[in-house]
Order: sequence, then structure tokens, then C-alpha cells
Amino acid sequence: MDLKTLTELNAPSGHEQALRRALLEELKARGFEPTIDRMGNVVVVKPGTGDAPRKRVLLSAHMDEVGLIVTSATEDGFLKVTTAGGIDPRVLVSKRVLVGDDKIPGVIGAVAIHLQSAADRKHVLAVRELSVDIGAKSKDEAEGKAPKGTYISFDTDYVEYGDGYACGKAFDDRVGIWNLLRILDGEYPVDIVAAFASEEEVGCRGAKGAAFAQEPDIGIILEGTTCNDLGDVPETQHVCKTGAGVCVSFMDGASIANRDLFKKTLEVGAANGIPHQVKNGTSGGNEGGVVQRARGGIPTVVLSVPCRYIHSPSSVIKLSDVESQLDLTKALLKAL
Amino acid sequence: MIELLKKLLAPIGPTGMEGAVAAAITEEIKDYADEIKTDALGNLIAVKHGKGPNPKKIMFSAHMDHIGFIVTGVEKEGYLRVASVGGVGIPVSRTRHVTFVNGVHGVVVKEPKEGPDMFKDLFIDIGAQDKEDALSMVSIGDVAVYAGDVFPLGKNRWASPAMDDRCACALLAKLLQTVGDTQDTVIAVFSVQEEVGCRGARVASFAMEPDIGIALDVTGWGDTPGTTQPEIKLGEGIAVKIMDRGSISNPALREELLVCGEKAGVKTQREVLPYGGTDASAMQTSRGGIPVCTISIPCRYVHSACEVIDMRDMDAGLKLLQEYLK
Repeated sequence: MDLKTLTELNAPSGHEQALRRALLEELKARGFEPTIDRMGNVVVVKPGTGDAPRKRVLLSAHMDEVGLIVTSATEDGFLKVTTAGGIDPRVLVSKRVLVGDDKIPGVIGAVAIHLQSAADRKHVLAVRELSVDIGAKSKDEAEGKAPKGTYISFDTDYVEYGDGYACGKAFDDRVGIWNLLRILDGEYPVDIVAAFASEEEVGCRGAKGAAFAQEPDIGIILEGTTCNDLGDVPETQHVCKTGAGVCVSFMDGASIANRDLFKKTLEVGAANGIPHQVKNGTSGGNEGGVVQRARGGIPTVVLSVPCRYIHSPSSVIKLSDVESQLDLTKALLKAL
Repeated sequence: MIELLKKLLAPIGPTGMEGAVAAAITEEIKDYADEIKTDALGNLIAVKHGKGPNPKKIMFSAHMDHIGFIVTGVEKEGYLRVASVGGVGIPVSRTRHVTFVNGVHGVVVKEPKEGPDMFKDLFIDIGAQDKEDALSMVSIGDVAVYAGDVFPLGKNRWASPAMDDRCACALLAKLLQTVGDTQDTVIAVFSVQEEVGCRGARVASFAMEPDIGIALDVTGWGDTPGTTQPEIKLGEGIAVKIMDRGSISNPALREELLVCGEKAGVKTQREVLPYGGTDASAMQTSRGGIPVCTISIPCRYVHSACEVIDMRDMDAGLKLLQEYLK
């Protein structure tokens, strides 16, 4: 299974079935015995090779991606929607989408430029003002094809381009999912609990259940993160930079990294010559918050791949950063 | 009490890096607890077993962490860009002296810009020649706090940064030192990461499974020109919280604590705080739910470099809590 296949699967928050099914098949083919918990997380436990008692390390990457969900249909057959996860409405207009499990083609429509007033052009269309056009002729037809609660995903092909970059959807967090699969191929002294988690984009709901149930000693989160290394943005506001390696977080809106684990991660990166960078932004949050605060508390660190234009139909990563995330996580697992 | 408080105000302990504070507190309480441990998040937990027939577990939580500035980047000229750790105000931070954990000094400066105060317009000047020089002094992810400065204000009051919540740490340490044998088990938690959402108290209360939770924290004031809310006055007694944004105190526990104040012959104030929250919020919603209350030390200019408390309120708090544990 490769990154292209993974990103082109649709797994909006709360409806990760397609990816879950693919992961189960893949994991079984590799000889693992994956389980699915009640939050829909796919969990694989891989015993370590070290002497007992071994540390139990939870590695979490989330399956879900941001998407839309149908709330109603208009009399003339357009779908009204809301977001599942955080999406800037400015990235939505005139994007192609796939509606429901049958992948009905659709487009997020808006008034053509010719028909807009000067005032219209200054106004950002809110999600409630947008409609998804699936070519239905009536409310009945639209509701028949896409009843309330139907999920909608971006229709984006994965492409590799330029100097080792890739463009696609859902890099947040299919990069983590891909690396988690690849990490499971290795042998480590510690016991690993790999959680392919659900519903991160709506509040880390899957990882919360997994961290509680699995009772790990240490948490490592594999993520895709914001990256603002663009044009005239001052370097101190880049958050991180594509091509500079995996990103290690000291703090974000949801957690403060365990200081010892943060330092150890940087040391392991330096000792093994693995490209890494310290994230210089503190906004946003991820599963680090819920894993750290599960039960009596768990030392946790977050390793992220920088993603430009994250949470949009077309985000951009540098593939070498994905390899750095893999390498640093593997090296860290051997050094814990 | 003031000597103990000064010892606990001295260590630099920004949110997420509370180790030095924990070490200072451990020195003070190690002879007065049956067990002392530090958990995975850094909470310092001291347990004093109850001598009664069916001891209840009463958890007290006072947070060790202090709001600060975390380095997010370095300009090529050597100025540090920062984000806030906890609720740091920009107006009260301008041209303030700050200190990093490793002892490096800095001055917080805001760029002269029109419009609303934005954290991205702040920088810390550490006297570096350039980026390389700056990075030889601090690293990205290092945290600075308002520089320590403890001074008396009038007869009974003291001012310092980190009074929130080291004064409550001192109160809890003093309680351990003076309370002697108790019927109920006392779990004294010196918690981490309160300022970013009571994260330490959440995991400590899960692990310790208390029957009752009492947070010790500072509260606001309403007795200076232009400030009337909350109706709390410095020197007018220890406050017993009725409600804030994070928790509603258990009514029976709250009244019991007020009665303890009466029995101890100290002044108390009923506190309704229209903002803020304490470790009580995390304890209250732990596991199947825990009755909680907060004992609050009135504090002026909270979250500034000069947080002011009145030692008479501290003494009232100590006597109230000693009475409660009788």
C-alpha cells in the first residue's frame, strides 16, 4: 500500500470505513491481528524484543480527514452542507467533490464572477451559503442520492511534482498512517500499540478512547501539521519548513511535550543524522493532548510532517520529510 | 509563612517545566508525608495516611506552574519571537524583565504598531548580537517568566510574580507541616500545567481517586479604583468559592468549609468569580465525579509581574484548613 492509494481513499471524520477496511486487509496480509475498538480505531499490538518488563508505547496516527456532511437539499436539488472538521470556506468554492459511498460526482457551486457585485467580491461565502451541485433536478432526487448525513470528500488525485514534492488531499494524516504501517515492519525493544485512530479532526475522539483502553507508558503521535513557508511570510512565522525534516513540537494548543521526551527525540535525531526541525508555532492541537491526559498521565511527544495548504483539497508535502518522520520514529523506538 | 513563601517563589517554573518548584517543595514537606512521588506529567504528590477507622481521601491541589513566554523563533538580528504559555497579557508585559530557566535575562518589547495587541508583535531582547549568538543562549521551546522580585507592600502584603499559585503551594506545604495526625487521608498534589487547562490535576485526580477535592488557588479582587468585581477584598479573609467558569462548588462542602472558618475564628469571604477556573474543575469531572470546592487567596493584579496578596488571608486559610482536617 502506498501514499497515493492511501490519500485517494475517502475517510471523513466519523466515516472512516473505506480506509479502515483497506487497513484491515493490509494488516492481515502482513500477518498482524488488527482489532477494531468501539470508537472505530484500528489497533495492532506488536510485542517488543526486549526483556520484560517492557515499556508499552502507543503510536497514534489518525485515519480521518476533514470533509463535508449533507444537512439538507433545496427545492431545486442542491445539497446544503456543513463541515466535519476545520475547513476555511475560502478553499471550497468551485472544488470537485465525491458524494457518499457511491462517489457521486459533485461540485461546490457559487455565483460566477460576471454576476457578482463589487460588494459580493469582498465577501467570503460562508459554508451555509454554499451548495453542492450533483446535477439533481429536484429535492427528491437529491435526497434520494444523498440523504442527510451523507459525507462528501474532496476529489483530488495524488501527484508527485517538482523537487520531490507531492500534492494531494488528506496528507493530514495519511502520512502518519503510511508511516505507522511501515513502522510495524520493524522490530523494536518496546511493545508497540499502533492506533489508526478515528475522529481526530473533530476533537481527537478516537485517540482518547484508545489511550484510555490501551494504558500505554509513552505516547508518540504521528501527524501532518501546518506549514507556512510561503512567499513573504517572515521566517519566524513559518511554523515549519518543507524539506527541513520531521517537525518536533514543544507545545501547541492541546499539549506541552514531555520535556525529557522532547529532548531525547532531538538527541536521537541528531545522533542518527535524521533531518528534523523544532516547530516554531504553537497554535492548533492534536492527539498529543488526549493521549497525555489519559488516565494518570502519559509522557507524550508529537512528530509531524509539514503540510502546506493543510485542510484543503490540495495540500503539498515534501516526500523527504515523510521519510524523516519514519526514520526518527523508528530510531526513537529503539532508544526509549 | 512568609519565609516558606519566599523559598517557593524563588524557583523558575513555567507551565510544563515545573521541576525546580517540585524540588523546592519536596525539601519542605519530605518529613511530613508518608509517601512522596512524582507522576508522568510532573505532579508532585504527597500522601499522609489517615488514622481514623474509615479514612476518606481528601485531595488538595495547588499548582506549581507559572505563566510565561515560549520561544518560537529567532530573528536574524537576534530577537526572540514568542508565544504565550497560559494567559499572558500584552499590556502588562511591555518592557518587563523576564528570566529563562537557564538564567538568561530578557526584556519583553512590543513593536510600535497600530491596532489590537497581537502576540506576534512581541519580541524578547536578550542582548544578542545576531541569531547565532541568540541561539547560543536559548533554544526554540525555552520558556521565560517574569523575573523574580519579592517585596513587601505595607504592613501585611507582599508582591511578586508567580504568587499565582506559589502562595497556595506555601499554604498547602504549611498545612502538611502543621496539621499533625488526621482522621482522613490527605493527598497533597502540587500540580503542573494548570494555566493551560488544569492538565496536571486531571491526571492526578484520576490516579489518586479522591473522595473529596479541594483546590487551593488565588482569586481576583474588587477593591481598587475602577475594579469592583469580584466582591473580594484583600485582608478581609480567605475566600471560599461558590462558582467560577470552571466549576460550581459542592454546596455541602462549601458550607462545611465556611463553618470551619467560623470555628477557627477567621474571616471568610464568599466568592463568585465571573471568570477563570481552578484545578477543582478537573477534579470535579474525574472518573465518576468528585465533590469539590476551591479555597481562594485574594490576589490583586493576577497574571502580572506584581501579584499582591495579604498574609492575613494566608493565615486565615491555614487555620480554616487545619480546622477542616480535625
